[in-house]
Amino acid sequence: MAPSLRGGTLAGTEAPHVAVARLGRFERLPWRRIILVVLGIVVGGVVVLGTLRTLGLDRVEGGYSGGAWRDFIVQGAAQGAIFAMIALGYSLVYGILRMINFAHGEVFMAGAFGSFFFADAYAKSGFLNRSPLLALAIVTLVAVAVSVGTAVLLERLAYRPLRNAPRLVPLITAIGATLFLQNAFRGFFGPQPYGYPKPTVLAGNITVLGVQIQRTQLLVLVVAVICMIVLQWFVATTRTGRSMRAVAQDREIASLMGINVDRVIVVTFAIGGVLAGIAGVLFSLSFEQVQFTMGFRPGIAAFTAAVLGGIGSIGGAALGGFVIGLLQAVGPPLILTGFGIPSVFSLKDAFVFLVLVLVLVFRPGGLLGTGEAEKV
Amino acid sequence: MTTERGAPILELRNVSTHYGLVAVLRDVDMDIYAGEMVCLLGGNASGKTTTLKTILGYVTPSEGDVVLDGNVVSGMSTAEVVRRGVSMVPENRRLFPDMTVEENLRLGAYLRRDRSAIEAARETVFETFPRVRERLKQKAGTLSGGEQQMVAMGRALMADPKVLLMDEPSMGLAPILVEQVFEIIKKIRELGKTVFIVEQNANMALSIADRGYVIQTGQVVLADTAQNLLQNPLMREAYLGEL
Ligand SMILES: Nc1ncnc2c1ncn2[C@@H]1O[C@H](COP(=O)(O)OP(=O)(O)O)[C@@H](O)[C@H]1O
Ligand SMILES: [Mg+2]
Repeated sequence: MAPSLRGGTLAGTEAPHVAVARLGRFERLPWRRIILVVLGIVVGGVVVLGTLRTLGLDRVEGGYSGGAWRDFIVQGAAQGAIFAMIALGYSLVYGILRMINFAHGEVFMAGAFGSFFFADAYAKSGFLNRSPLLALAIVTLVAVAVSVGTAVLLERLAYRPLRNAPRLVPLITAIGATLFLQNAFRGFFGPQPYGYPKPTVLAGNITVLGVQIQRTQLLVLVVAVICMIVLQWFVATTRTGRSMRAVAQDREIASLMGINVDRVIVVTFAIGGVLAGIAGVLFSLSFEQVQFTMGFRPGIAAFTAAVLGGIGSIGGAALGGFVIGLLQAVGPPLILTGFGIPSVFSLKDAFVFLVLVLVLVFRPGGLLGTGEAEKV
Repeated sequence: MTTERGAPILELRNVSTHYGLVAVLRDVDMDIYAGEMVCLLGGNASGKTTTLKTILGYVTPSEGDVVLDGNVVSGMSTAEVVRRGVSMVPENRRLFPDMTVEENLRLGAYLRRDRSAIEAARETVFETFPRVRERLKQKAGTLSGGEQQMVAMGRALMADPKVLLMDEPSMGLAPILVEQVFEIIKKIRELGKTVFIVEQNANMALSIADRGYVIQTGQVVLADTAQNLLQNPLMREAYLGEL
């Protein structure tokens, strides 16, 4: 992402992570550098070895064609775009409240689920295929409304009363809110997945710059990039965006300037909700189903992305999302296949967390963070 | 006292403020008249900052009233008090470090909508502090202490306050900068602002102020003209050191 995104950094000098806090003591030891260098060489060696061995395989031995790699990359980028949009919600809220809103994955799920009923009705009436643009616009508006409503209610009912409580308390509340939301959707709509309709214009492939990609993936990428540019512009240049950054940097002084901090916090949750709602529709169109558990894995992936990129940083969340998406799609086949591991894609989550740990060892504040560990 | 000046622009009437159960201000009475420069002196943790926060509505007094221009403002939101013409230069300057000087100034005018009035306030700031104009695009966190103090004052002036509150503007600055800061405060006063300044540097503050209050553990123990306070033996002993 462009360096100008740094201008949208929300967090000041603070940052997350218990593991990282422990590293702080470790850092002062003189042999820290030596260990890091050795670790770097080992990791680099494994990556290079695995990659070379994978690329040395031919098709019958389990190797991949050039087209397969291209598909992995496009698939990873599209997934990553969705993770990035969700990650922004985590990061924005963290920047302002220094709190991880673990229920954000459920904000995403609620929007997607809510929009399903409209999408389904429009599919049955034929409206979805007659005017797909208008139908999808309405469906997206519904998703956004449900996600924003969920996020704002969470803030109001679950987090605001705990604003001055110790940090662990809202964290536990967030986990409780996650269970509440998941079980509420399960209770009202059942545990089964629902097939999410997709307009026929989005079926099949399209050739962009000589590369065949699925139409849905193209839609995901275009919409996500537009959303991120608009968000960056909003935070960097508007009066409300400025007040968000002011509250993130010094809440007390922001308040003394006449900024209504409560309102800024609500707006921040609402913006996270807008992005989660749009991401919910994009995700549902990609996987063509919704279910009450659908928020969990993307939520974790997006949270990881936010930490990887440097939590509190807008550019970091965007970058982190794409990096995680690409790592999941490309990393396991590229690096692990060469070692003869039979089912590389089952290892994608383990792989991503390994990368997260390694990144935080070398850059405790995340890729675009301050380079410092967050003090908890 | 000085009733011939009409009603004060800012009054604290028997104000008590608590943090939880702890009384930090006790029965504080103050009045400040338009165009005056009044200082509030006191040692560490005597309740000076709390007095300013109480005026701004950031904390609500448990008893008594803050009266601005004849209207009771205690109980109103900080935003409302700022809108009615009070702004503050906080202790330790507290600029938004990752924002540019330009953005810090804009935040000072956060509640104002009239673009031409904001532009005029900016010009006033630049006239008072020509250095600020040169630093507009720089991140506030990278400025020197003296420059930060100018931006902090500029930010407070952007609200076009009737009453400007300053919390220990000399704190943490080298002695030569302290002199400069007090020169600047005189200039601000020439803009016609009413200034209420909190200081531990009693000598400096009394040399530019008209009147002063001395506060100890949340209670006003002395209130007099700057001249008289400088002569007061109690003051000389407790706050002014060896004159
Ligand atoms: N937010 C707060 N919560 C509890 N006590 C506070 C708070 N702020 C200040 N105090 C206490 O109130 C007293 C006065 O503080 P303050 O007004 O900041 O003093 P000063 O500005 O004169 O140094 C101190 O004892 C301080 O510890
Ligand atoms: Mg103080």
